[in-house]
Amino acid sequence: MTSTSTEALATRSRISALKAVHFGKTSHIGSSLSMIDLLAVLYGSVANISPANLDDPNRDIVIVSKGHAAAGTYSVMANVGIIPLDWLDDYCADGAHLGGHVTSLSIPGVELSTGSLGHGLPFGLGYALAAKRSGSRRKIFVVMSDGECDEGTTWESALVAGHHGLDNVTVAVDRNRLQSLMDTEDTLRLEPFAAKWRDFGWEVLDIDGHDHAALIEAFKRGDPSDTSGKPRIVICNTTKGKGVSFMENQVLWHYRSPDDEHLALALAEVSAL
Amino acid sequence: MRDAFISELTILAREDPSIFLVIGDLGFSVIEEFAAEFPDRFLNAGVAEQTMIGVSAGLAAAGYTVFVYSIGNFPTMRCIEQIRNDVCYHGRAVTVVAVGAGYSYGSLGYTHHAIEDISVMRALPNMQVFSPADPAETRALTRQAAASGGPGYLRLGKNGEKNLHNGPVTGPLSEVLVLHDGTDVTIYGTGSIISLALEAREALLEEGISARIVSVPVIKPLPADIFDAADGTRAIMTLEEHTLFGGLGSAILEFAARSHVRTPIFPMGTIEAEVGRHVGSQAYLRQKNGLSAEAIQSAARELLQFA
Repeated sequence: MTSTSTEALATRSRISALKAVHFGKTSHIGSSLSMIDLLAVLYGSVANISPANLDDPNRDIVIVSKGHAAAGTYSVMANVGIIPLDWLDDYCADGAHLGGHVTSLSIPGVELSTGSLGHGLPFGLGYALAAKRSGSRRKIFVVMSDGECDEGTTWESALVAGHHGLDNVTVAVDRNRLQSLMDTEDTLRLEPFAAKWRDFGWEVLDIDGHDHAALIEAFKRGDPSDTSGKPRIVICNTTKGKGVSFMENQVLWHYRSPDDEHLALALAEVSAL
Repeated sequence: MRDAFISELTILAREDPSIFLVIGDLGFSVIEEFAAEFPDRFLNAGVAEQTMIGVSAGLAAAGYTVFVYSIGNFPTMRCIEQIRNDVCYHGRAVTVVAVGAGYSYGSLGYTHHAIEDISVMRALPNMQVFSPADPAETRALTRQAAASGGPGYLRLGKNGEKNLHNGPVTGPLSEVLVLHDGTDVTIYGTGSIISLALEAREALLEEGISARIVSVPVIKPLPADIFDAADGTRAIMTLEEHTLFGGLGSAILEFAARSHVRTPIFPMGTIEAEVGRHVGSQAYLRQKNGLSAEAIQSAARELLQFA
């Protein structure tokens, strides 16, 4: 897929996610909107995962560690056909397929249920190590939030991946700089962020997380015979709530669900993107 | 028990290419041979227990049958949420192996005493809890854990425990194991502390009380017919080197209540007021916690007065 078509996928996914959280009266739309672009690039272009190869033991693995962004994750997955689109219609309702955190229960293409932060990367390293040891060329993509980098397991895993040279791992950090209550730097300072990862033995790319051409380039890895011997982290600089002016950079939309009026305004804005 | 475990795991790994051993930087003089023979199926995750369990869950998701080895509370309490979410919720083939059941690490202190682990592991969905009493049970349970294909917790003593069985134990262990028959009281025990029940049995005989000693190597799921082993005796006791809150005693009492069993049951375990207050060997700490042959003897005598 080209950047034009992944951009169209992202727009469709934003619309789906907004409708889903509106129906489900659930939260975390800001976190979903900030990472939909990078997820659309993974599912729509770079990662070798599709409805046709879900059972292939050598397909790529995408783990969304920031499980609270379930509406965004499921929206992208539904818009590429991995899960049925109509599963979004009763998002979070009693007896629905899809709940408010990414869950692997009967959901194809989801390997790990997340929602407690700091679980996706260690789990992804297990997959990466298994691939290395068994000669599989599959790649492992782990999508994390920047707030998640407060977790100790993030840095334990940074050591493990660096030490073992797991160059089949690519982490995409949704660097929207806003966590549960305030700015990441006022909560628990992460900067100099890129330098930290570099010091742990990672290859670091620092890009605009809404620029699809840049995302495609950053997520592409060379042939396994031509790899760096280093895990890669792509710091995707994003805007929380991206695409809806009144949600952008607002902590409120980590929690609030759009009412009918907000939904109409938001849909008009994202459709024009 | 740890030698029996690693020896059996090594044999298993030769038979089954999916066996993978992950350690949390512990296992000096235990894991070296396995690591040398199977370098591609061995990982020292470092002193990073949470990541160790997450990595193990990922390895299992990719098809490996994973054993995670460490000591005391490090592979359980330190990483309980990883075990709960990444392993148990997804039903992954990961067996957590902890050396140091109860007071095995005696003078190393409370941080190294595993006396609440059964309760915590037992509470997790899909989790099997294995608690061998001797090297023979350890071998059988190691195989059983691997064959189950699901989450397990294997609680080992340390090393040098006596064999309580005559010869090998053949699994899978879906039943309790009667170590010594008796006619008055049935003592269900788990782990190496059963040896104290066997001592108490001798002393009880001298006062005319006949105790049946039963090993419970699988605490979860408890065998459905567990109370058949107490048929013909008037009272039941449980014995564990573990807190009374949620361990073997709790499991048996809960099961008895649900099964409408009317036989009086008396559970023996650690005394909370004594926990972490003493320095000394495993034998000393057991005794300070009311876990001695004498204490079992007098508890049995008293219980039978009401039975």
